[in-house]
Amino acid sequence: MYPAAFDYHRPGSVQEAISLLQENPEAKILAGGHSLLPAMKLRLAEPGAIVDLGSISDLKQLSLNGGATIGAMCTYDALLNSNELETMFPVLHEALAWVGDVQVRNLGTIGGSAAHADPAADIPAALVALEAEFVVVGPNGERTIPASEFFIDIFTTALEPEEVLTQIKLSAPDGNVVSAYEKFPHPASGYPVCGVAVVVTRDGSGNVSSARITATGSVYVVTRLTGAEDALTGTGGDASAVEAASERATEGVSEFAGDHYASSEYREHLTKVFVKRALNRALGN
Amino acid sequence: MTVSETRKDLVGQRLKRREDPRLVKGAARFMDDIVLPGMAHAAILRSPHAHARIVSIDASAARAMPGVAGVFTGRDMEAINPLPCAFPVGRGFENNINTPRALAIDEVHWTGDGVAVVVAETVAQARDAMDVIQVEYEVLPAVVDAELATGEGAPQLHENAPNNIAFKWNAGDQAGTETALGNGEIVLKQRLRNQRLIPTPLETRGATGDYNAGTDEYTFWLSSQAPHVHRLLLAAFVMGHPEEKIRVITPDLGGGFGAKIFVYPEYPLVGWLSKALNRPVKWTEGRAESHSATTHGRDHVTDIQVAANRDGKITGLHVKTWANMGGYLSTIAPGVATTLYGRMVSGVYDIPNVYCEIVGTYTNTGMVDAYRGAGRPEATYLVERAIDLVARELKLDPADVRKVNFIAQESFPYTNGLGMLPYDSGNYVPALDKALKNLGYSDLRAEQETLRKQGKHLGIGFSSYVEVCGVAPSAWINAEGWGAALWESANVKVHLTGKVVVTTGALPHGQGHETTFAQIVSDRLGVAYDDIIVEWGDTKGTPFGYGTYGSRSLTVGGAAVVNSVEKIRDKIKKIAAHVLEVAETDIELNDGVASVTGAPDRSLSFAEIALASATGFSLPAGMEPYLDETSYYDPPNCTFPFGTHIAVVEVDADTGKVDLKRYVAVDDVGNVINPLIVDGQVQGGIVQGIGQALYEGAVYDDDGQLVTGTLMDYAIPHASQMVNMELDRTVTVSPVNALGVKGAGEAGTIASAPAVVNAVIDALSPLGIKHIDMPLSAPRVWAAMQEANERN
Ligand SMILES: Cc1cc2nc3c(=O)[nH]c(=O)nc-3n(C[C@H](O)[C@H](O)[C@H](O)COP(=O)(O)OP(=O)(O)OC[C@H]3O[C@@H](n4cnc5c(N)ncnc54)[C@H](O)[C@@H]3O)c2cc1C
Repeated sequence: MYPAAFDYHRPGSVQEAISLLQENPEAKILAGGHSLLPAMKLRLAEPGAIVDLGSISDLKQLSLNGGATIGAMCTYDALLNSNELETMFPVLHEALAWVGDVQVRNLGTIGGSAAHADPAADIPAALVALEAEFVVVGPNGERTIPASEFFIDIFTTALEPEEVLTQIKLSAPDGNVVSAYEKFPHPASGYPVCGVAVVVTRDGSGNVSSARITATGSVYVVTRLTGAEDALTGTGGDASAVEAASERATEGVSEFAGDHYASSEYREHLTKVFVKRALNRALGN
Repeated sequence: MTVSETRKDLVGQRLKRREDPRLVKGAARFMDDIVLPGMAHAAILRSPHAHARIVSIDASAARAMPGVAGVFTGRDMEAINPLPCAFPVGRGFENNINTPRALAIDEVHWTGDGVAVVVAETVAQARDAMDVIQVEYEVLPAVVDAELATGEGAPQLHENAPNNIAFKWNAGDQAGTETALGNGEIVLKQRLRNQRLIPTPLETRGATGDYNAGTDEYTFWLSSQAPHVHRLLLAAFVMGHPEEKIRVITPDLGGGFGAKIFVYPEYPLVGWLSKALNRPVKWTEGRAESHSATTHGRDHVTDIQVAANRDGKITGLHVKTWANMGGYLSTIAPGVATTLYGRMVSGVYDIPNVYCEIVGTYTNTGMVDAYRGAGRPEATYLVERAIDLVARELKLDPADVRKVNFIAQESFPYTNGLGMLPYDSGNYVPALDKALKNLGYSDLRAEQETLRKQGKHLGIGFSSYVEVCGVAPSAWINAEGWGAALWESANVKVHLTGKVVVTTGALPHGQGHETTFAQIVSDRLGVAYDDIIVEWGDTKGTPFGYGTYGSRSLTVGGAAVVNSVEKIRDKIKKIAAHVLEVAETDIELNDGVASVTGAPDRSLSFAEIALASATGFSLPAGMEPYLDETSYYDPPNCTFPFGTHIAVVEVDADTGKVDLKRYVAVDDVGNVINPLIVDGQVQGGIVQGIGQALYEGAVYDDDGQLVTGTLMDYAIPHASQMVNMELDRTVTVSPVNALGVKGAGEAGTIASAPAVVNAVIDALSPLGIKHIDMPLSAPRVWAAMQEANERN
């Protein structure tokens, strides 16, 4: 209930935040606090200092210019209120809407969710399926990390300790793109026991030209389901093609998560079911 | 709520609860709102191991931390006795009692066992210092399963409890039941696990102790459903301090569900700390701490054997249960697993041969004690599963099998074969029929057939229940071996200004006593509802009473209120007769006005009577002034509410997820004082039972670590998972008490879990599935479907 004592900093700029991180090796960045603070209250995390990004207004900007550049400190709620974002990236909108409850969505941030890399977070599934790019700024300047390299393992990303995630970039959908996010929430936490995001592009004749399908919750780090992607690509995307793709959904996935609530077999099975459900809905089957 | 002066018959009205405005506006005072001058804060270091010997404790670093007023271990407070077990099993049965101390001294028996306490200026400082206490443990092997604990080679918890047996108990006719099983036209066996639940009140527990060195008095603020009992037990058993020099106050409570009935280690602890440090000390339980340190509910492993004739008539029921008590016995734990469970396993059915055998065992887990329903949900679950197993085996309609076995209306008062007091009154068929009608049963069965053809799994599940409330009659309780009778008290006073104050030994933690009791008094005394207040919760201002649990407040406490009102009415009549110069028998009391029979203009208003009695200006010779009457009501019997609940579910074939489609309930709680409150109690209860059926379950790993240690893992039901409940009632008046009430606090919880489980099994019966243990979580149901599909 009561976190260990910590120093509190509230920088006005990203540069100042980086300096604070350099000066305080024990420091942790605070965004919406909805993962960090519970961990601190249970004393699973005891950072000596907190660098609160809440005053850096640049990080709360959302700009839509064909694609989207989303400030890391945009809250779920702020993003859910953007109709344009919803129209452009339904899969992200759906994933955002599935996160927690109203309180969590009012404070939790897209950057916090990405940086935290909870294996059962909703948002990373959508971001990887959308092939987002992650702009990070550190002592050595700015770099951009592709989604495929950003999420590394349980609670582990490509971010270095003194780097700040500043923006998440999504490119404009190219051609005829449909997408969806489907989730089986854990009855206690509400986090996905399995979440599946699908982004499917169709060519002029209506055939699937590319598919990006990701799983979260059922695996230890957000994972592209390449078996299903391959199976779907080149098909007409009808129900039988989806069925075939879902059958291959778990191909090549080395390990499914298992715990006292749900076995890894169950999560593996759910992954197939939710690939089917997400694809059928996205493709209008 | 304004009620006009002249309004009558408030009983039966859906009055909104008068306590709600303060509760919903944040104006209530809960445990953590208690702030006293100079108060310090305690944090308790609990064992990280489920079973270990304490080798050494080094608190020197903690003592040197900022703000620390003191750090203490169990050794420092050996003067505090172990807590009492107030309801051991009845005489003549094996009974090996072990109860916890304020802090463990040599050995810890579960991860909630406290080993040291820090007191500091702030909670945060106490918590920080707690982290630097060094404890060396010799870790011992642990056992968590109630049945395995009795097995060969199981780790032993207590020297005086070989094979971890806390008690052995039985009821019923063993020989007759075995013969019935031998002769049964069909005989079915099933193992059932009634999983462990974590009560999870919205407000966790708390305790503040304030020792006054000048008067040698302790004042405790406790999360208590029974402040007088806590005072008594702390005085007589735990602290050895004179009872009159202990005061216990319970402020508003954010729920309890039974878990706040008990005396816990932290309660004498804060008193001892306050005396040692000469300042008030407060302890507030954290949520995760609550999961491990507050009592849990249920946790039975039960083998049932049931014999029946081909027409569905059950001829014998044999029950063997291993009841998990946890690391020690909590205050009333053995009574819950025996009297409240073992004597009720035949439920609403007239089962000619029934036998129940219970082994209470110690394990390295949290203590298990009463949790909403307390024994009766476990009993109802097993017998309702048994009925469905029989119906399934014989391909009979489960509604019909219930009717074939129901206790007939003319059999009341009905004595079951398990030593329960006679069921007071009942009429089981109409409640079931009403539920069937409200459901549209035959149409729904037809729809089920259609859906089955489409591969959909719709299920309809029944639960016909009876429970026992107002478990109070002294003579019987004495024979059960319990430590105290459970009568209840009430005082009614009429002040000079005509305002009425009702004080009760019962107290609310969600039940709405302030409203219900005022409704009763308003009607019976003819006084405006708004002129009546109901006080509770402070041993200094209330008559001794046993508190609130077991749906007893109205059946026992409400009856005491009625008796006090009757005494006041008698006195009013005497005063009126004196003032109006007629015989007492000529006085009528209507609507607060005392008048002469046949001469209504010769009358005294309630205000005039109040004035007369309070001033003493015009009283009959020898009469004491003031209207102030106390009653202690010891009921002749318990009460037995009943009803039938029906759940309709659909199971998702792909995921095993259970969706509740409908929930129909017909309850009979006798007369209803406030239908709105009863509906609320029933709804809340149903939700808790659904929680057990579908979501909840405390899980310990083999080392005794609580895996479901927070609300991220332990799934209590959410509003979004519920369905609109279609509630209805029949009314069978209880002959036991003047109000004709039976109790309504637990019925929902008792009925709903079996209804939902039976519905899921009904949905899956085409696959040949006969049973799945709760909670029927999606992964578990899916696994059962997989297994069945492989079998088929
Ligand atoms: C009750 C509850 C229910 C929830 N349900 C869900 C759910 O259903 N689905 C779901 O996906 N999530 C859920 N969450 C988690 C929620 O989405 C969190 O908000 C999210 O995981 C973290 O975002 P945040 O902004 O709160 O980050 P914080 O908690 O502030 O930070 C999380 C971590 O990321 C780091 N960090 C944050 N921002 C940056 C940055 N810009 N650069 C570098 N590092 C950074 C922090 O240092 C910290 O380590 C739930 C949380 C709660 C409390």
